[in-house]
Amino acid sequence: MASTEEIRSGLADIVNEVAGIPADDVQLDKSFTDDLDVDSLSMVEVVVAAEEQFGVKIPDDEVKNLKTVGDAVAFIENASAA
Amino acid sequence: MTAKIATATGAQHAALLGLGSYRPSRVVTNAEICEHIDSTDEWIRTRSGIIERRFSEPHETVQMMSVAASRTALERADIHPAQIDCVLVATVSHLWQTPAIAPLISAELGSTPAAAFDISAACAGFCYGVTMGADMVRSGTAKYVLVIGVERLSDITDPTDRGTAFIFADGAGAAVIGPSDVEGIGPVVWGADGEKFDFIRQKQSWIDVLALERAVMPHLQMEGNPVFRWASFEMAKVAQEALDRAGLTVDDLDVFVPHQANMRITDAMARALKLPERVVIARDIAYQGNTSAASVPLAATALLESGEAKSGQTALFIAFGAGLAYAAQVVTLP
Repeated sequence: MASTEEIRSGLADIVNEVAGIPADDVQLDKSFTDDLDVDSLSMVEVVVAAEEQFGVKIPDDEVKNLKTVGDAVAFIENASAA
Repeated sequence: MTAKIATATGAQHAALLGLGSYRPSRVVTNAEICEHIDSTDEWIRTRSGIIERRFSEPHETVQMMSVAASRTALERADIHPAQIDCVLVATVSHLWQTPAIAPLISAELGSTPAAAFDISAACAGFCYGVTMGADMVRSGTAKYVLVIGVERLSDITDPTDRGTAFIFADGAGAAVIGPSDVEGIGPVVWGADGEKFDFIRQKQSWIDVLALERAVMPHLQMEGNPVFRWASFEMAKVAQEALDRAGLTVDDLDVFVPHQANMRITDAMARALKLPERVVIARDIAYQGNTSAASVPLAATALLESGEAKSGQTALFIAFGAGLAYAAQVVTLP
């Protein structure tokens, strides 16, 4: 199973690919909308790419709860542990 | 006794013979849309790619726009209206429960007594019609078929709904389908998923509207993010399947004409399909908005008229929307 840092780093590459944000800026305490300027549509793209990469399912209802990078990493960690 | 019934036989191949469109006269800017919703020009552009759209004036009815688009398509196909055997009209904004608008359009064009009916497949309707028309030509049910996609979504859009007011618009597009020496309309990949019916739909039934104290138009409503997800990713797979079924790859493609739902969906689909740089991508939504069933023929006609696409080129059509209904096919541009 991937470590927290591996998930963060993989997610950072996805955010970089989808929204053109430098991967180094994608840290656990950063808010997708307020700090990284990832809008709701880009967030959908990030989620779909993350599902594919980490082999997890992130339901539409859950996406709005993923406010920070840390929220998303924690969700993916829990989902892959389940 | 069981008599031997003859089987109709048609042409071996079908093709698009002509395309036409009608753009309503009134240009509506993002600034005008923002008079009714709490939004900005910049927000609308980044979320949808829409810079402006067209709304119909009162005289630009569903019938009037359809007839105008059809006349252009018929002229370009060099087919007389009287040669048309069937008129198919894809629309969700002909606000009469019955009769369908197709017979009226047929009558005004001079195509009576062609068979005529409407297709209720929302944004996917035109691509549904192209397949049905091609099948009619190949089966001998009709020699020439007129397929129209037309909408006046401004009539059924809530101007104060922040999620939809900036998206939907009006217009018409038409195609003449007829026999061909070589195949011009590839196998369709189509379907529908009624479990997701509430992603995009009319707010209430007409019966429920009449039960209200004061009847109001049951406007379109849409769940933006789930629709975006479905359209961007699931529909890219459908588009790829249509290429596969036509026996082609993206390297054989010249033009990509997706339903003009949202520029961000078009971009995501193009990325997922890994379209080569040289493939021309329809981006008509920027100045036309999302015209549901009319968007594919409007966008394809615009590319041909501007010279960005040329007759004889290979194009991939895909349309998707309420239902959720979808259809994709590879065509040769007329």
